[in-house]
Amino acid sequence: MMRMLERIGHGVLVHVGEMGRMLVFVVSSFAWLLRPPLRADQIVKQVHFIGYKSTFVVVLTAGFTGMVLALQGYYTLRKFGSEGLLGSAVALSMIRELGPVLAALMVTARAGSAMTAEIGIMRITEQIDALDTMAINPLQYLIAPKLVAGLIGVPLLVAIFDVVGIYGGHLVGVELLGVNAGSYWNSIESSVEWKDVYGGILKSISFGLIVSWVCCYKGFYTRMSAEGLGTATTEAVVLSSVLILVWDYFLTSVLL
Amino acid sequence: MIKLVGVKKTLGGQPVLQGVDLVIPPGKLTTIIGRSGEGKSVLLKHMIGLLQPDEGEVWVDGTEISRLKGHALNEVRKRFAMLFQGAALFDSLTVFENVAFPLREKLRMKGASVTTRVEEKLEQVGLAGMGHKYPAELSGGMRKRAGLARALVMQPEIILFDEPTTGLDPLMAKSIHDLITGMQRKFGFTGVMVSHEIPEIFGISDYVAMLKRGKIAAMAEPAEFQQTSDPEIKEFISVGGPVPPATASAIRQGVS
Repeated sequence: MMRMLERIGHGVLVHVGEMGRMLVFVVSSFAWLLRPPLRADQIVKQVHFIGYKSTFVVVLTAGFTGMVLALQGYYTLRKFGSEGLLGSAVALSMIRELGPVLAALMVTARAGSAMTAEIGIMRITEQIDALDTMAINPLQYLIAPKLVAGLIGVPLLVAIFDVVGIYGGHLVGVELLGVNAGSYWNSIESSVEWKDVYGGILKSISFGLIVSWVCCYKGFYTRMSAEGLGTATTEAVVLSSVLILVWDYFLTSVLL
Repeated sequence: MIKLVGVKKTLGGQPVLQGVDLVIPPGKLTTIIGRSGEGKSVLLKHMIGLLQPDEGEVWVDGTEISRLKGHALNEVRKRFAMLFQGAALFDSLTVFENVAFPLREKLRMKGASVTTRVEEKLEQVGLAGMGHKYPAELSGGMRKRAGLARALVMQPEIILFDEPTTGLDPLMAKSIHDLITGMQRKFGFTGVMVSHEIPEIFGISDYVAMLKRGKIAAMAEPAEFQQTSDPEIKEFISVGGPVPPATASAIRQGVS
């Protein structure tokens, strides 16, 4: 019994310690951001990597998500004779939930894992130590721009996701299944409120922070081996994805 | 002058350094030898503050650096450069950009002055015209040369070399040794080298120190070092065959 309690206590302490280290990591990185020099070129480069380079996969996912939503929504709404609300169903689902969550998951899979691998390799090959020896703080040079890029890039991708998803719904609902185009757009206009848009933006900003924070942290503290790097990348993707879903629930319960 | 006093360090529950007392003379090349896993690289990383000792002190001239952090530590590090075992070049940058990196990031230099200084260093290490290549396109020896150029470009007072010839063929190893010694004679920096290259290091070093069971077992000028009466050290340095003093002197003259 005592041994079991000891084990549980040890596990709790390890996790609390890890959470503390993660918090110090992100706070220190943002603190370094406030000190000169401002590395605007690094931030732009990272926004390009996280944002622009994820556009294709986000557009693809958004298109098919909107299409399948319209397909499912049409046959469900038809039972109640409410096909005219299809636009509203697609748009609200996209803006409130699917846009932020799916775009963030796509960014985690594409850019987040790459960030962990990149930083992890830099750790293993002593490139991060090299920065230290040159009196250049790695949190300032390497991590802070990625965190800022996550905060900028993910909301932009979510906006693209929402628009493409709604057009994907239009393609299936209006062009294939014959829903009236006017009622599709009118239902969106009458049901979507600014509150929904703000909520989506808030979610996307927080998801952007989660992805870049977790992925950078896991890469930065990777164990010094190829296996350690593989584990760090897997952990980064899993933890980011889980945190996105958990945080989405809490945020939704507050926003509704 | 770098001075370590009673430095102890345990890594992963394993005691690595167990009370190192060592004085590195200024303006000279001191080589630290010892068996694999003795903690030579760990010792080197203490000198530049990449690792902090569990006990003991690390002095760089009048400053005790083992408890320094942030800006104060960076001020000390500005006097240092380090050539890592794998050169630690930044993969995403070309050789030119790697060498220019500390100039641009630390000195905020731009334009022609950077180009002039970088090209001069690349020429000195025999990499003229190779600036456009990426580290992945270089051989092991060329990477070390590029790393050396990056270390030299800030004209540091102290350069640490972590096994600069590991993994190189004997001819390439000799050319790297010649380069290090030549540069040391030319610029007069304090050099600390970790190496396994016995007997070559006796021909190029001003002082040789041996790390044994976590402590400095001996330190002396090469000729004196080879006259040691310690049977373990004798056995260690005799594996490669000691260099006769006359040969050592000839090598040093040839290099200078």
